[in-house]
Amino acid sequence: MSIIDSISRVSSPKLPRVHLIWPRACVTGFVSARVLPAPSDVALAGWKLLLSGELVRNIWVSFWRASVGFLIGGSIGFSFGLANGLSQLSSKLTDTTLQMVRNIPHLALIPLVILWFGIDESAKLFLVALGVFFPIYLNTLHGIRTVDPQLIEMGRIYGMTDGELFRRVIFPGALPSIFVGVRFALGIMWLTLIVAETIAASSGLGYMAMQAREFMLIDVVVLSILIYALLGKLADSASRALERLTLSWHPAFQKH
Amino acid sequence: MQEALRFLSPGAEPVDRADIVEHARSLQRGSEAPSRGLSLTIRGLRKSFGDNEVLRGIDLHIPAGQSVAIVGRSGCGKSTLLRLIAGLETITAGTISLGDDARPEDVRMMFQEPRLLPWARVLSNVEVGLGRERNSPDAQARAESALIEVGLAEKRTQWPAVLSGGQKQRVALARALVSQPRVLAFDEPLGALDALTRISMQRLLERVWHDQGFTAILVTHDVAEAVALADRVLVIEDGRIAQDFTVDIPRPRQRGSAELAALEGAILKNLLEGKEDTSDL
Repeated sequence: MSIIDSISRVSSPKLPRVHLIWPRACVTGFVSARVLPAPSDVALAGWKLLLSGELVRNIWVSFWRASVGFLIGGSIGFSFGLANGLSQLSSKLTDTTLQMVRNIPHLALIPLVILWFGIDESAKLFLVALGVFFPIYLNTLHGIRTVDPQLIEMGRIYGMTDGELFRRVIFPGALPSIFVGVRFALGIMWLTLIVAETIAASSGLGYMAMQAREFMLIDVVVLSILIYALLGKLADSASRALERLTLSWHPAFQKH
Repeated sequence: MQEALRFLSPGAEPVDRADIVEHARSLQRGSEAPSRGLSLTIRGLRKSFGDNEVLRGIDLHIPAGQSVAIVGRSGCGKSTLLRLIAGLETITAGTISLGDDARPEDVRMMFQEPRLLPWARVLSNVEVGLGRERNSPDAQARAESALIEVGLAEKRTQWPAVLSGGQKQRVALARALVSQPRVLAFDEPLGALDALTRISMQRLLERVWHDQGFTAILVTHDVAEAVALADRVLVIEDGRIAQDFTVDIPRPRQRGSAELAALEGAILKNLLEGKEDTSDL
């Protein structure tokens, strides 16, 4: 048994969980309701927003922006990663430029993006796509460049065409690294979206939280934050499920 | 072989696997053996990497179906010679001819590492060996019969990661055999295996060579292995063939017999004498 296994086994039942401390601290008056509302208040706020349809609409808008931005940025990043990993020429042409752009924090572009796109949907999509682009680009590139050259040589000896070599050797070999990029990108996707919605939006979860702050509705603010956490967790679980499905050959994903 | 494979097609009556193998072997011996192998002629072969001349004029003829072992100290150029024969390097000067009707699929190479695709099941890994014919309808049946040949039929749906080192190497052998090559080049294929696995792999190699009649070229640093498996042992020194021993000991050869030991001693003495002359210890 490894050290990590034994730590998690010993400590998990005994350590008090944060979500168990919260209600107790509120009921006993240890934490003021103006700092942190009780879970029951948050649940009530959620129920009210659910009944008015506002909650579902805002979650849907945010989810739509996140996924469309992710798809756009992810597919561009993936294509550049493939092109630069497979072709020296493409790498020489674009890699240096991309590495320079990567060093600009994409959230620093918000003022410029508002000037370009206003507070339209395209502004949010642009920012999410830009944020998602780099982790996927870098990890796809890294994955392709580190495919075992002995396997590529083997493929060539056995007469694989370039297309076959890519499909049977290079792409599956790069897949674990691509998934690392996807999971990084999912984190950046939520971060970017929420910042963008908080600063300039007229709908979405970030907008809902900002509106609630205006009216001192702290239960709605906490509710929004909890929904962020939940959506982030969902996205991560989805990518892990996909990983288990496609990397079942990998020793790290095999059931013991 | 084709006739045997038809038994494996879906809808056919269930047939005992062992019978299929025996039947396939008898068909093979009857029709294609003994001279399915290609003969190999090398003239004035040279190979340099930059200023470093690795092979300095190799002249060699290997008759069809012979099994030849190449031994020598590390860095003598024996692996380079094998890679040139397999077409993995470009020739600096000289020629290698395999006969007029040789196709790329006729020469197969087996490496020290199994080089299996970790993301493909054992059977798909063997199918890779079919080259351009891997999309033909009988590809799976041919791969299955190659797996039966190396005794791993029951592992066909496993991932390579769960196999032992010897089993992986047997899958690699099945992949090399599945296209029925006429020249099979081995680059220290047993170098990474433990002693007992090596002995059983040597028996397996000897058996498939005997059954399929290909020309076998084995590079090894183990002189005992060379004399146990080969008809002929070449010693390479400084990029040239220094010695050419014929091993006319009848098969099956008894490991550790006096004749094999005597020949092994002679070759080792030859190799070590060469070492004392130079100062690259």
